[in-house]
Amino acid sequence: MAEKKNDKLLIIIAGLIIGVIAAGLAFLGNPKNMGFCIACFLRDTAGGLGLHRAAPVQYIRPEIIGIVLGAFGAAFAKKEFGSKGGSAPMTRFVLGFFAMVGCLMFLGCPFRMILRLAGGDLNAIFGLVGFVIGIFCGIFFLKNGYSLKRTYSLTPAEGYIFPIMEVIVFVLLLAKPAFIFFSEEGAGPGAMHAAIGFSLAAGLIVGVLAQRTRLCMVGGVRDLALFKETRLLWGFIAIFVAALITNLILGGFKLGMTEQPVAHTDGLWNCLGMLLVGFACVLLGGCPLRQLVMSGEGNADSAVTVLGLIVGAAFCHNFGLASSGEGPTPAGKIAVIIGIAVVALIGVVNTYVKAEKASEAA
Amino acid sequence: MVDARGQSCPIPVIMTKKAMKSNEDYYEVLVDSKTPCENVTRFAQSQGYKVEVEEKGGEYLLKLSR
Repeated sequence: MAEKKNDKLLIIIAGLIIGVIAAGLAFLGNPKNMGFCIACFLRDTAGGLGLHRAAPVQYIRPEIIGIVLGAFGAAFAKKEFGSKGGSAPMTRFVLGFFAMVGCLMFLGCPFRMILRLAGGDLNAIFGLVGFVIGIFCGIFFLKNGYSLKRTYSLTPAEGYIFPIMEVIVFVLLLAKPAFIFFSEEGAGPGAMHAAIGFSLAAGLIVGVLAQRTRLCMVGGVRDLALFKETRLLWGFIAIFVAALITNLILGGFKLGMTEQPVAHTDGLWNCLGMLLVGFACVLLGGCPLRQLVMSGEGNADSAVTVLGLIVGAAFCHNFGLASSGEGPTPAGKIAVIIGIAVVALIGVVNTYVKAEKASEAA
Repeated sequence: MVDARGQSCPIPVIMTKKAMKSNEDYYEVLVDSKTPCENVTRFAQSQGYKVEVEEKGGEYLLKLSR
């Protein structure tokens, strides 16, 4: 029982540290309420690499690199690193793709949703409502036997590929060759960033803490609903509280709905965007942050999911699906509806079609 | 005996929960990474089971008893 209490205390402390770091990064130059946003930062990185050409959002974000490498280091030190994969990679790619479509409708991943709430952005409440509904949609399938089948141990090299790719991307950030894109000063969120050293260090710390505590935004609500297990939810709450207090101290708090930074006021689509995210992430087994951490632990399935998120981000900007401060786009709305339908179909196919086969075998 | 090797969370916990419906005093759960090992342990303890973990070759055999 004592161990259980320590568990909870550990994730609360980690959440508090992460919350302070996240709010602090916005103070040090990152966009407002965007100290961390896995979706936005993967999108910016996709832009930096030229996978999309939306000039306001192009920057290789060291936070992402730090999270993956921090998780890699922590897993390696604790002998938890291991090459694993082979559980429905294409399904995970598609789920990652549509999770990003949902994130860019809302303008943030579940992590940024908390930070937006902690910055006083009340639009994020609509997102939170959708997020919880989406998680319950996913739980329905989990309870009825949804599974993407098991993973297997893979060749040792497999798990190193994604962390090595992150190192290469970091070298590109430092070397700044001509083929890498950087948003120009004043062009948009991509031009707003803390110094590379701060961003990388923040990412590394968050990566280590998230790996050790298994922190996951989706997992918090999911485990509470499934098992009345509150541990992960405490991490979620701790981030909110710490970021809120830090924002109040540093002057980053502004209560209201209008003129919030990198946000729009369309409640319905904020809700539906996050519904898609929550739904897809429950079927994936974790939020975008958790996927990054697991890809650092050598999980190739999560690495494929992250690639799905990155490609999703590129499509969102190439096809005009991403929202802006002015609001959602018509094409983005269609994409979110398609996304919810596709995720539901993935849920049905991997719950019921497979269940029949299993009962035949039995 | 619940074989949850290769399953990612929360599925090992759901499998354990379903198995526990038969209301026996002893179960074995086999998982192959640390996170489900911790999660199943936590869940079993919340259900009033004692948990012993045996590690062998990257797999964890959890013995739940009450």
